[in-house]
This record gives sequence, C-alpha cells and structure tokens, in this order.
Amino acid sequence: MATTFTPVDRGSYEDVEPRQITITRSFTDQFFRGTLRSSGIAVLVIMTLVGLFLSARALEALRVAGPSFITTQVWEPDGGQFGIAAILAGTVFIAFTAIIIVIPLSTAVALYISEYAPRAIKQSLVALVDLMAAVPSVVFGLWGFFFLQNHMIGISRWISTYFGWIPIFSVEGSDPNDPLSTATVFTSSTFIAAVVVAIMVAPFTTAVMREVFSQAPVGEREGAYALGATKWGMIRSVVIPFGKGGMIGGTMLGLGRALGETIVVALIISPVFIIQPHILQNGTNSVAALIALRYGEATPFGTSALMAAGLALFLITLVVNFAASSVIARTRSGAATDE
Amino acid sequence: MTLDTNSLTALDDQFRESRTRTTVTNWTPPSSEPTPRRIGGLRRTDVLAVTGAAASALGVTALLFTLLPLSGALGFIVIAYLLFVVVYAVLVSMDETRSAVRDRVAATIIHSIAFLMLLALVFVVVFTVLRGWEALVNSNFYTQDMAAAGPLDPLDMGGVLHAIVGTLIIIAIALVIVIPLGIACAVFLNEIPGAFSRLVRTITEAMTALPSIVAGLFIYASLILIFGLPKSGFAAALAISVMMLPIMIRSADVVLRLVPGSLKEAAYALGAGQWSTVWRVTLPTAKSGLMTSIILGTAMGIGETAPVLLTAGFTASLNTNPTTGPMISLPLATWEFVKSPEPSMIARGFGTAAVLMLLVLILFAIARIIGGRGPGNLTKFQQRRRAKRSREDSQRFTKMAAARVASGEPDAGTSSGPRSLDFGDPR
Repeated sequence: MATTFTPVDRGSYEDVEPRQITITRSFTDQFFRGTLRSSGIAVLVIMTLVGLFLSARALEALRVAGPSFITTQVWEPDGGQFGIAAILAGTVFIAFTAIIIVIPLSTAVALYISEYAPRAIKQSLVALVDLMAAVPSVVFGLWGFFFLQNHMIGISRWISTYFGWIPIFSVEGSDPNDPLSTATVFTSSTFIAAVVVAIMVAPFTTAVMREVFSQAPVGEREGAYALGATKWGMIRSVVIPFGKGGMIGGTMLGLGRALGETIVVALIISPVFIIQPHILQNGTNSVAALIALRYGEATPFGTSALMAAGLALFLITLVVNFAASSVIARTRSGAATDE
Repeated sequence: MTLDTNSLTALDDQFRESRTRTTVTNWTPPSSEPTPRRIGGLRRTDVLAVTGAAASALGVTALLFTLLPLSGALGFIVIAYLLFVVVYAVLVSMDETRSAVRDRVAATIIHSIAFLMLLALVFVVVFTVLRGWEALVNSNFYTQDMAAAGPLDPLDMGGVLHAIVGTLIIIAIALVIVIPLGIACAVFLNEIPGAFSRLVRTITEAMTALPSIVAGLFIYASLILIFGLPKSGFAAALAISVMMLPIMIRSADVVLRLVPGSLKEAAYALGAGQWSTVWRVTLPTAKSGLMTSIILGTAMGIGETAPVLLTAGFTASLNTNPTTGPMISLPLATWEFVKSPEPSMIARGFGTAAVLMLLVLILFAIARIIGGRGPGNLTKFQQRRRAKRSREDSQRFTKMAAARVASGEPDAGTSSGPRSLDFGDPR
C-alpha cells in the first residue's frame, strides 16, 4: 500500500547526518572470518598453482615448438616434431558429433519426463536419469567397446554407402559394391566414440533440461491451452521458449564433459595423427586419450608437451563453460541450471 | 466481398426466423443429469488409428522386404517405424485439424525417442551386470586380491578386494581434504562478499572446466616427476581432490545461497554473531543440500579413472598403506582387466565395473534419503524433535520467570537493559 509521506519541516532534515554504523566483532567472529578468508586464500592458491604449473611446464614445450604447435599434426615430442592440429581436431570432431546426437535425444527425454510421462512413473524416471548421470564413464566405455562397436558397423556402412557423397561420411577403402570388402575400416571411428560419449553425456544434459522445462510457469501453460493450443503447441510456444537458455546451457555443459572425456574415447579409438574429417572411418584421436595413452612412456620433455596439449584442452573447455554460464545467466530459465 | 441488398435481407430473414424459434420454444429440461464433457482419456478413434497405422506399417514393410533386396532386423524396424509415423499422420488427419496432426506426430516421436534412450541407459547397466555375472557369483571375487591369480586362472580364484579397499582409502583421503576446505570456502564466498571473494568464485568456476586427466597430469608432473614421490594412493587422492574441489565448492555455494536471508537476519536481530549464525542457522538449514552435494561429488570422484590412472600405479595385491607402494581403484582395475584378451579377465573387468556401480548406487540412495528436501523442510521425525525442544524451551522460560519473581525482581517479563540470551542447543 502506498502511503504518502509529507515531511512537516523540510529544513530540519538538512543538518541530520547519517548515523555512523560501527561493527564491533567479537573475538570469535574475527577468528571465524580469518579462518574463512584463509580457506578462500588456500583454494585460490591451489587453483592458481595448478594453472601456473601447467602453463609453466607447457611453455617449455611451446617454446621449442613455436607456432607450429597449432599446425603440426604428428606427435613426436622427442624428435622435435609435435603439434595439436590432429588431436585437437579429433577432440572437437568427437565432441561435436556427440553433441549433435545428444541434443535431440536429451530434448525428447526431458520433454517426455516433464510433459508426457504418467504421474506414477515420473519420479522414478527423474531418479533414473539422475542416477545414470552418476554412473562412472568406464561403464559406458565397456558397453561401447564390447557391445556397441559390433552393432554400429552395419549402420556406419549403410550411412557411408548412401551418404558417402557428403565428404564427412565418405570412407576410404570401402566399396559398397564389393560384398567382401572389409568391415575394419568402420571400427574405432569418431562416430562410434561419439555415440558412446553421447549416451554418457545425455543423462547429464537431460537432467538440466528437465529441470528448466518443469519450471515453465503454470499460468503461461494454461494460457496457451485456453487459447486453444494442443499439447505440442503449448510445448512449442511456452515450454521450449522458456527453457531455451537452460537447453543451451545444459548442452554446452555437456559439450564441456564430452571434450574432456578420457576413458571412453581411449577404449574405443585407434589413435592416428592426421586430421581425420571422415567421421565414419577407422582412426581418430583426442587430447585426453593421448595423455592417458602416452604419459607413461613420455620423457620429461614429452610430459611438458602433453601438458601443453592438456592446457589447450583446458582453455577450450574453459571458453565453453564460461559461454554456457553467461547464456544461462542471461535467460529467464537460467536460475535453475546452477547445479 | 460485396454485399447486395438481397443477401442482407435474406440474412435478416434468417435472423428473425431464428429469433422466433428461440423465443417461442417450449423447451423441456432433459430427464436425466447432463453427462459431463469428456476432457481426457482414450477415444475409440485414437486406439483405431494407432493399431491401424501399426498394422499397415508392419504389413507394408514385410511386403517391401519380400519384394526388394532388403535385409537386416534394424532396417526392418527403421522402415516400419517411419511408415508407422506417416500412416498414423494420414489416419489422424482424416478426422482432426492440421495442428492436432502435428501434436500427435510430435507426441509419437517424443515417446519413441524417450523410450529408446531410457532403454539404452538401462541396457548399459544390465549389460555390465550380465557380462560380469560369472565373476560376481563367486564369493572369492569380494574377498581375495589378484596377487595369486594369473590371467589364465579360472574365476573361482582371485578377486577385486584390493581395488575395493583402494577405492575406499583413496576417496576417504580425498574427502578429508575436500569437505572441510570446500565447505569453508563456500561459506567464505557467501559470508564475506567483496572483490576478493568474487575473484575466488571466478577462479573456482574456471577450474570446474579442468579435464580430470589434466588434474591427474598435474599431480603426476609435480609430485611424482619433480618431487620424486612414488606413485601411491595418496598421490591419487590428491589428484582426485584437485578435480573435486572446484565442483564441490560450486555446488555447496549454490546450496548455501538458497538459505533464506530472513533466517540469518532473525539470528542477527537476536544478537547472535556471525559465527553462531553460520554454525547454528545457516549450516543446519542447508545441511541436506550440503550432504547431497558431498555425496554426489563423492560418487563422481569414485568413478573417475583418468587421474587415478596417472598417479596410483598398478598393483595386483592388497595394499592398505596409501603412502607407500602402488594402489588401485575399481575403475582403474576395470580398465586394466579389459585390456587383457582373456575372456575370464574381461568377465572380471565387467564384474569390477558392476561392483563400482553398486557402490555409486549405494551413495546415491543415501543422497536421496538425506537430501531431496529444500532448506527448512523437515521430516516427521525432525518436526517432532523440534516441537519437543520448543516445549522444553517454553517450560524453561516459565521457570526462569517464576524464579525471577521469587527473587524479588520488580518486573521479570519486561526487564530492560541487556541480558545474555540463552538460545539453548539449536540442533
């Protein structure tokens, strides 16, 4: 309620000074604040230490490699020839293919759980998705390597036969007219690794999306229905526009995970050191898998070269994460996606 | 559109006629109550459309597969599904509008993708348990290590006790580091706002992007290569801590931010200091959320392979000392097992992965039981306890007032001047 306030004597307020607020903290509180501050400092020191150490060690390798670090495809640190062109391209191909698979899957599952699922099973589905997001990646890696690999070859062959004219789907060494042509050109490919990474990332992305979809305001939903919208019309005009920020943010957080995924990729791929844009073809690479497979035999200089690769990966993930959080922060649905 | 006088007159006539009809009607109320309008549920046409579309899709696909050189179960399913969607759309369009058709098609596609995806997720778990079943049914799998068992030994020899113990030791050390530091830092971010805490928050948020393998590489290159420490469980715990710390701080920060400001202000208004407000109001209120974030962080730390791979070394025997000698965790053991071509070792790998999932499941169940409630939402038991404490407080106050009256204080109820407030035990 608005109350009108008329000062009786305007003049008397001019010489009033704001009250001085002094906070006297007890010894306990001072000690407590000191402890909190020092824990903040400790965390800051640890985090900066990690960053500085990584950069310092990476610089050794970068100084030797120079700008060719970005353009070289081979990885022979001890021979002086090494660069991240091939492995970074492989990482990005795997992560983006995975994300392209994840977006429709996660959106559909999230919409199903928040809009279509019967009330009786809704809670169990939410729990199932959350639980699957916590399943260790090595489990997905095993599944991909021992089960999916064999079953994906047929699909890869089919895509390359009918869509081989699109450059990224073409596969060298496979002849669709030759029934005896080998299937091994289709194994250990970017595509198969990406499918497994997608299944691994999907629960995580789905959980974020479901959360924002379920928060679409009831009033707007019912408004859409009252104007004669069908369920799909309501979803398209209320739920998806409301959840768009969360969808983008969740997808980008998933992309961050896909970029850094180690074990799944290391289990499935067969490493090559050329830029491999044919996603169905055998052989690809990723930074995380490279580190996992090469750290053991690396010389001190080789280790710092791996550090440089790790630093490059970290920077990319960092950009993706910050972009995600700025997208989330700018939208209406964003508040819910803070984990 | 043009309107001529004739048509207007015709309309007017129609109108007048209709008015006459409505006014001079001898309307009788229906004998029974009107049936309520149906607003949901299945209609017969819906069922007919779905079954009809399914039947025709199956039939046409079967025909195509006999006539054309097509083969493969997957191809059959895909073609049948596409035909089903098309035929269903056509059938619905016979007695519905365009937007209703779009609605039905969208619903069909969403249902099928969701079903497929959830099936795939469940299948990943079932597949792991099935493949590891031969290893899981042997009790020695949980009580022995692999020291005496070679790769060719049958599954009734050897087990993963060393990996289970290793996982528990590594995660325990990591939690001892991460929980106090992480929660103290999250409280710092919330309680002492300013430029410095903004800096810490930004750096922490940036470090959540650190790929886990890079965290492992950091510990490997610093502790092991530079300081010459051996690969050990302790090094692995440090690597996992570096990875978990920013994630834990971030989720604890979010949980603490949800604590209602009015609760804290009430505590300050009653004269409590910052420490007692945090200890007696903020942390108890956020307890369930904090527990959830700790447990989910733990589940993630347990399942992480990459940092442990670089820092823990490999051993086949039980090692309970984290500072000396290599140690192995469950995900790392899985990784090592499945690298072997031997079927029994692969079965052990799947068994190990299943044990790991079980561990995560247990943690998750604990998180569900403790967490899942917003701040201030109490269980029945907690509510009863709180009511009991409240009664005790009120009795205490009555007694104190009575004592004060007895001791001759003039006005016990509204005594002025500062006096120490006794909050009792808030927990």
